Amino acid sequence: MTNSLDEIADANTILIIGSNTTESHPVASLRVKEAVRRGANLIVIDPRPIEVAEAATHWLQPLPGTNVAVLQGMMNHILTTDLWNMEFVDSRTEGFAEFVASLDGRTPEWAASVSGVDAGLIRAAAEAYATAERSTILYAMGVTQHSTGTDGVLTLANLAMLTGQIGRPGTGVNPLRGQNNVQGSSDMGALYDTLPGYRKVNDAAARTALAQAWGVADLPAQPGAAASELPDRIMAGEIRALYLMGENIALTDPDANHTRKALTRLEFLVVQDLFLTETAAFADVILPACSWAEKEGTFTNTERRVQRFYQALEPLGESRPDWQIIVELSARLGYPMPCASPQAIMAEIAATVPQYGGIAYERLGEAGLQWPCPTPDHPGTPILHREKFARGLGRFSAVTFRPSAELPDAEFPFVFTTGRSLYHYHSGSMTRRARPLAEHRPDAYAEMDPATGSAMGLQDGDLIRVTSRRGEVTVPVRLVPGTGSKVIFMPFHFREASANLLTNTVLDPVARIPELKVCAVRVEVAQA
Amino acid sequence: MEILLNGTRVAVQPGQTIMQAADSAGVHVPRLCNYPQLKPSGACRLCVVQVKGARGLVAACTTPVAEGMEIETDSPTVADARRDVLDLLVSNHPLDCFHCEACGDCALQDYAYQYGIKEGSYDGARRQVEVDDRNPFFRIDYEKCVLCGICVRMCDEVMGYGAIDFAGRGFTTLVSTPYGVSLDDSACVFCGNCVQGCPVGALVPKSQVGAARAWEMKKVRSVCPYCGVGCAIDVHVKGNRIIKIEGAESPANHTMTCVKGRFGWEFVHHEDRLLKPLVRRADAPRGAVGREWFEEATWDEALAAAAAGIARVRDGVGPDAVAGLSSAKASNEENYLFQKLLRAAVGTNNVDHCARL
Repeated sequence: MTNSLDEIADANTILIIGSNTTESHPVASLRVKEAVRRGANLIVIDPRPIEVAEAATHWLQPLPGTNVAVLQGMMNHILTTDLWNMEFVDSRTEGFAEFVASLDGRTPEWAASVSGVDAGLIRAAAEAYATAERSTILYAMGVTQHSTGTDGVLTLANLAMLTGQIGRPGTGVNPLRGQNNVQGSSDMGALYDTLPGYRKVNDAAARTALAQAWGVADLPAQPGAAASELPDRIMAGEIRALYLMGENIALTDPDANHTRKALTRLEFLVVQDLFLTETAAFADVILPACSWAEKEGTFTNTERRVQRFYQALEPLGESRPDWQIIVELSARLGYPMPCASPQAIMAEIAATVPQYGGIAYERLGEAGLQWPCPTPDHPGTPILHREKFARGLGRFSAVTFRPSAELPDAEFPFVFTTGRSLYHYHSGSMTRRARPLAEHRPDAYAEMDPATGSAMGLQDGDLIRVTSRRGEVTVPVRLVPGTGSKVIFMPFHFREASANLLTNTVLDPVARIPELKVCAVRVEVAQA
Repeated sequence: MEILLNGTRVAVQPGQTIMQAADSAGVHVPRLCNYPQLKPSGACRLCVVQVKGARGLVAACTTPVAEGMEIETDSPTVADARRDVLDLLVSNHPLDCFHCEACGDCALQDYAYQYGIKEGSYDGARRQVEVDDRNPFFRIDYEKCVLCGICVRMCDEVMGYGAIDFAGRGFTTLVSTPYGVSLDDSACVFCGNCVQGCPVGALVPKSQVGAARAWEMKKVRSVCPYCGVGCAIDVHVKGNRIIKIEGAESPANHTMTCVKGRFGWEFVHHEDRLLKPLVRRADAPRGAVGREWFEEATWDEALAAAAAGIARVRDGVGPDAVAGLSSAKASNEENYLFQKLLRAAVGTNNVDHCARL
């Protein structure tokens, strides 16, 4: 997030796009509710009739895959009605002329024809966002999990810069991150193209500095394979051995059948996990890791807040903390790591990752610290891009709307989209093993519009077969008013009806994120 | 601005309530219905204090301070009034502290002890309502409810669901869903913030029932392992088992949690947990699901096998034939070491994690 969670409550307009906030980030949504109680406008751009949509001042319900068109329609209106922030654009940004040219003809009416959202609503939302003193954008995987995900994020940045709604309290472009430490994993360089601290792997100076700190001659300069590319690279014989720490890709990857096939082609697979997951079933060696409750360390949350967690339990059985297993394995690979404790590892991180330069266990207390925190006396940074952007001037991007890779047709007439539910999480390996949650919401389901369902003779709980070009699942149907006649939704937590057997592997060309939010399916009545 | 608090001059902020001013000065005013994240409601009358010149006693939680105000928080008159309130509550409360989960962590018990209330002096009928055991998350014992309203206000003011409210009047007043339906059939999302707010034993996580009481548990500060909000939590532990999780104060969550953070931890103790390293049997087909295809191994054996398999490919085919996926569930320290292993020990940038899934 460019800003902090508490600031959401102070915003005058909140634009939520592609985020089922109350179910996927419930405690973040409390700030949204607080702001709305104080009279803030709430604009929700989301194809599903989720709780925040129903609470919204303006709910824009686009067809899945058309976010960019809706946002461009809003920006076109902001330009033509002179609601943009000339002072901010002039002093803080570059690339404005090309950006303006890219919006030529992108009128609210054009956006309406692409997305199905009423042009008047697009105008109203644009005005509410542009004219408020403090407007904030909250987004999640509904923006990013598209073959045009990068365009979606760039378009949100364009919108914030165009209106000057960034760099001040209560504003900003704020991704709500889905995993407790996805921010930290990225900060630490667990990415195929960046070293710790987001320095590119082809940055020779950064490589040299790290190689020296790590006591090796050099580090590889070529970007590696993204997680989403692994199945194809394995099938091509380029990748032969895989080491997985706590990832259940046989369930969470798009086109999971393809991933499962790839796993059988590996020469060697090590899985380090709490459970014998669907993925671990393919392993040669399984290393039992202990849970977060059995170890200590830090997580970095969505607002870049580095927080400590302490050891509550002794490791169960012979399980070990992940960091200890990595140290042991590294030594056996001929590279001993001199790390005696998580605190010592953090000291090394502070020495090698500029944004974490001032992070130390003894400083974190109960509130943690928000990076960038470059020096031991730095108080942390709640708001990014205040005086200037990280790169100096903010760069507008000229984006061209592209439709999703796989659109409905006669054979597969519905748009299929996936997400989380309140009571479960990801592949379900945690929540489905938590009795109260599993008891409360035991079963998979697919959501469908009541009108579409009843036309097929379906009632709540009837079984349907959902088929895409890649697979099929049989699942009970839930008829949810407002779903939209062309849309089918499934949560992806359930191994017995795995939504990712259907999803498309096509990737965003820049971020290499799969298009999990849009593919084409057909629906048939299934026999029990 | 200054006030005279129990005879001592105290600097206060304009707009503070007497309770806030007393808290800042380190003077505890008894309270049942006050909760930091909620608006004061003045419902329980336990926080009454004496203000010179005021008619009768005033509620400290709702009365703002004024310049020169002279306040007595524990005069004999105040103590008598509190005893009356506590006497009424205790008279209508089951005195089964011996087997109550809240024992040792109960505001009513603490204040009854402080004000010398052994049992209630009112003989009449006592509220008799069956325990509501219908949801899998927490138990509702209406007989223990002191009607402080924290749960009602939490659900309304903070969560915005309003799943529960006061129903009935006078002696028959209860906190209830509309028409008394099960919480399962109400607007409740089982965040359990009401359970954490309950000052007595009316709302108790089922995982704690019969398992542990306050003095037996150690409380360990942690961060929730689910989404990226990073809610601070306290893990309550007895023996080597988690008994319950509660929200803790951090700028990320201000003591609130969602249903997963509070009630989603049992996977830690699940029978499926892998407790020993496993090595695939030589005769096992790839992808065969189930423990029967694996043999238990010592850590030395398993680590040696893991390192040998990776080294064989690294040295035989090349570093870029090895890849690793780290985890957004693992700590910063672990992610740092993981990518360091791939880059420095193996020599490849084939390292990533589930950021895109």
